[in-house]
Amino acid sequence: MKNLFKSNMSIMLVFSAIVLTAPIWLTPLGANYPDLLQKFAIFGLFAVGYNILFGLTGYLSFGHAAFLGVGSYTAVWSLKLLSMNVFLGIILGTIMSGIFALAIGYLSLRRSGIYFSILTLAFAQMAYSLAYSVLTPITNGETGLQIAANDPRYLDSLVGISQQGQGIPSTNFFGVLLKSWDGYFGFYFAAVILILGFYLSLRVFRSPFGLKLRAIKSNQTRMTYTGFNTRPYLLSAFVISGMYAGLAGSLMVAIDPLAGAERMQWTASGEVVLMTILGGVGTLIGPMLGAVVIKYFENIFSALNNSELHQVFNFLPSFLEETMVFIVSPFVGSGWHLTLGALFMLVVIFLPGGMMEGVTKINSFLKRKFGKTDAEESDVSIQQEVQAKAQQGGE
Amino acid sequence: MKKNDTNKSRRTFLKTATASSIAATAPASMFYIKDAFAAEDFRNNPKDSKTVTLGFNVPQSGAYADEGADELRAFKLAVKHLNGEGDGGMMNTMKPSMLKGNGILGKKVAYVTGDTQTKSDAARASAKRMIEKDGALMISGGSSSGVAIAVQGLCQEMGTIFMAGLTHSNDTTGKDKRRYGFRHFFNTEMSGASLGPVLEKEYGNERTAYHLTADYTWGWSQQGSIKKYTEELGWKTKAAVKTPVGAGDFSQFITPVLNSGADVLVLNHYGKDMVNSLTQAVQFGLRDKQVNGKDFQIVVPLFSRLMAQGAGDNIKGILGSTNWNWSLKDAGSQAFVKSFGKEYGNPPSQAAHTCYVQTLLYANACEMAGTFYPPEVIKTLEGYKFDGMGNGATEYRAEDHQCFKDVLVVRGNEKPSSQFDLLEVVQEVPRAQVEYDASLLGGELGPYKV
Amino acid sequence: MDAILIQILNGLDKGAAYALIALGLTLAFGTLGIVNFAHGALFMLGAFCAVTFSKVISFSKQIKDESVTIFDAYKEIPYLEIWWGDFGALIVDFAVPLSIIVAIPVMILVGIIMERGLIKHFYKRTHAEQILVTFGLAIVIQEIIKHFFGANPIPTPAPDIVSGSAAVGALVGLSENLVYPWWRLIYIVFSGLIIFAVFAFLQFTTFGMVVRAGMADRETVGLLGINIQKRFTIVFAIAATVAGLAGVMYSPILPPDYHMGMDFLVLSFVVVVVGGMGSLGGAVAAGFLLGVLQSFASMNEVKSILPGIDQIIIYLVAVVILLVRPRGLMGREGVFED
Repeated sequence: MKNLFKSNMSIMLVFSAIVLTAPIWLTPLGANYPDLLQKFAIFGLFAVGYNILFGLTGYLSFGHAAFLGVGSYTAVWSLKLLSMNVFLGIILGTIMSGIFALAIGYLSLRRSGIYFSILTLAFAQMAYSLAYSVLTPITNGETGLQIAANDPRYLDSLVGISQQGQGIPSTNFFGVLLKSWDGYFGFYFAAVILILGFYLSLRVFRSPFGLKLRAIKSNQTRMTYTGFNTRPYLLSAFVISGMYAGLAGSLMVAIDPLAGAERMQWTASGEVVLMTILGGVGTLIGPMLGAVVIKYFENIFSALNNSELHQVFNFLPSFLEETMVFIVSPFVGSGWHLTLGALFMLVVIFLPGGMMEGVTKINSFLKRKFGKTDAEESDVSIQQEVQAKAQQGGE
Repeated sequence: MKKNDTNKSRRTFLKTATASSIAATAPASMFYIKDAFAAEDFRNNPKDSKTVTLGFNVPQSGAYADEGADELRAFKLAVKHLNGEGDGGMMNTMKPSMLKGNGILGKKVAYVTGDTQTKSDAARASAKRMIEKDGALMISGGSSSGVAIAVQGLCQEMGTIFMAGLTHSNDTTGKDKRRYGFRHFFNTEMSGASLGPVLEKEYGNERTAYHLTADYTWGWSQQGSIKKYTEELGWKTKAAVKTPVGAGDFSQFITPVLNSGADVLVLNHYGKDMVNSLTQAVQFGLRDKQVNGKDFQIVVPLFSRLMAQGAGDNIKGILGSTNWNWSLKDAGSQAFVKSFGKEYGNPPSQAAHTCYVQTLLYANACEMAGTFYPPEVIKTLEGYKFDGMGNGATEYRAEDHQCFKDVLVVRGNEKPSSQFDLLEVVQEVPRAQVEYDASLLGGELGPYKV
Repeated sequence: MDAILIQILNGLDKGAAYALIALGLTLAFGTLGIVNFAHGALFMLGAFCAVTFSKVISFSKQIKDESVTIFDAYKEIPYLEIWWGDFGALIVDFAVPLSIIVAIPVMILVGIIMERGLIKHFYKRTHAEQILVTFGLAIVIQEIIKHFFGANPIPTPAPDIVSGSAAVGALVGLSENLVYPWWRLIYIVFSGLIIFAVFAFLQFTTFGMVVRAGMADRETVGLLGINIQKRFTIVFAIAATVAGLAGVMYSPILPPDYHMGMDFLVLSFVVVVVGGMGSLGGAVAAGFLLGVLQSFASMNEVKSILPGIDQIIIYLVAVVILLVRPRGLMGREGVFED
């Protein structure tokens, strides 16, 4: 069991299997529809990348949504100017956000701790405010940047693909439309990229580079005193995680070609922090888990209403049903944020390692139990026997 | 051409599906594919189902939440009437109408709702949920043109009809018009055309205007239209300042107006933003001011009774335009107000009116087409002429899916006869005065089949 | 000239809010060493004290509105008005200033509960964890408010008598064009009083002296056998009250909604950083300074040279300060300086 999870290969196999079969096992949870599945994959990717910075180095950035936004805008422009093939848009979006991350990271990493957080926050808010106002020619402001039927798409017209007169073209990946298979192609496309991204993060975690990042987290001063220059390592981690965000942003565009400024707001950055912490910061799978939980809440929990709650609790006697609905209803529907906030607080207070720490704790608890099982079981059976005999005797 | 495309992508899909390693999971999605390519079939076809689901996507939070809440009330009322409950409202006055009060094409109408949060991303996500998960056949709603345009684009892609609610930007049926999108509400071009002559009559030809404009498609559009029509009168435009949506405190934008030399302030704001900016403008003493020997004036080109309610006394005497007002005396309006008032204890707002009408229009178009198949429903709506819905004789122009009808110029009522009587109709501007050529605003509708 | 004066006034009125929120934030940081992301929520709670109070005293009787004939409509008349006539109406009108009386005990209580219930368990944890847990708390508080009051802003007007504007120019012998809304002037004066009170309290009372000593060197004060912990609870309650009062008085300027705390949180953090973490004087100075800067950046003359500057000026200042002089305008050397 242990060895199984130690090897990269088997982790990847299990992870891929879980991700690719998501449409099947999410059906009973009511989450099997393309838009939500795509969100799971995309935000999972975002959180996995964010974890490389926050999880490994402990630097809490409140500005990663800006990179997501930059990736989105770049990808839309690539769709407008170059080609409806998303391959190019994704590459360009990732590179562009990497450049932004390099610039912002270079400045922000001159400080640490809360000052670093506020610097990233300030940069991201500036990006958001500008995208919203004076950069409107590039971003189309609040309305959001969309593609149009008469965009030039120079590369497409160069190779003779013309979409004129057919309305707005759809995004494709080397000829396959992303909306084909009723939208499921988009999900599998994102899922494959998520798996690749996860693999990369796994390699980073288990590389000497990852080890150095962890060393910075545990004691940066000591690292510096030993004559070790931490900055290049921190900056690399920052840029890598920024590129993940850009990749996620351009994936969003590949599936749904629109980019809005609100993607860059600091609360959007806060969301990825929530995902990472909730799932388990610094763990491999945790952030992905957190992303799924939050997006599930946002899309499914938020649409629950009282009549559906009554259905859930209708096995109870009616007064209990009313009470349960009364208690639960503030936490679902439009109150899902309340559940999220409360859950998040509980995690920070009691489980700083997130849901993954919870899993580990339960696991070790079970193991302790498991170790004793044989003895315990026999104990129980003996007791039962004794009781049974006693009853018989009584009669 | 299009058909070839679909065939091709289907073949590609089959190839990839069998070849790739994900074949194991393909059956789940194959199931959907089969339906999607059958002849005449379309997304969310209700087939033998006894109900048909409509999706109402309105802002439940943000600067336009009040309008959104009223829109939702109207949708619920429309569904009731379609299903033959209640007094039937405008179904009794609509001409021509094939609605029977037994749902749509014999299927009971059900609905799902979504919160747009007045954000494009969130609005598209909730529209997608309603289409993909809840099987909504038609999406309606709005209250922000930015959101309406974003959702309209999505609906075109998904092949789902979008009956826009309150959206006033020219772009909705102009630059960004779509084959699957329809708008009953008027637009800024019509506001400008109707308001211009009244402004000239009231305030003369020598005025200097200062615009404060919500920084998104609607604000830009309205600023452009009002500028165009006031400058035709000989007015000058001193400055046009863009303000963020939902700013709350507009004081830093209002203080520069005080000493700018302008004598008219045009507030291109809507909803809570307009209530805040107007209240603050009044607090800063703009209405008591004299500039260039003339009384300083404030103009709010797009008015609504809900906003007037929020702004209280500040709105009195201020000119603007509106799509519809509950004080209209025609049979359609009266029937609607009566039905709505009985249900909710408030008269409907213009946002509620347009959403209610849109829902009935969609239902009626399905009845007339005899099918839910979107291209047929679209063809029925295009060029459809109707009456008895509160704005006189109305036509859905085929070229841009924009309704043409009379427009109201209103003024904040100085002596309201009741708590709801906040807008006084200055003029019912006839349709001919606000009509324009479809080519003026450009855009391309796109294909019927997607 | 008028234009400049009025922008300064406008800046002071924005700055007054920033300064009040930042004051509490930096007080909590300087004494308790806690980075409180829920401080914006306290500001919002204050505003909702005003909302609740005005709702309670304008509790109304529904009376059929005869002027509406087409359907049955009802209008609401506050019971106070029915019972006490004009005097009742006057009380309803003065709801916002009167709600201060309620807000003070409520905010003190909220502050104590927050510190005893949650914050004190986080003194020994990292700043990142403090940020996260208070961020979670902020979400919880604002969602509870949303549950009870809805997502829409709730108009809470100032008393009628001060809802207009004052001819400030004429008063001080300048141009008559210089007018400013009464309530905003009141807000500036009010914030000055609160700031003065907090400083006086810290400067001239024994309690304040101990707290200041604690800020300077917590360990030594503890060694002297002074129960610094208990005093810190009170300090936190004061910080909460200051934020709450800022919220109460702000409600006529900006109709409160559940999200207003988050909107101010980021700005007030920036103010604290610019002033210097833990520096009270710095927070106040930076609050007013940034308010005035923001107001000037909104002038058309400035925007025509630097488009968009009004949107980012505050963040830009923060970035420059953090990169060039991380201890802020008045911060002590060595606080987080690395």
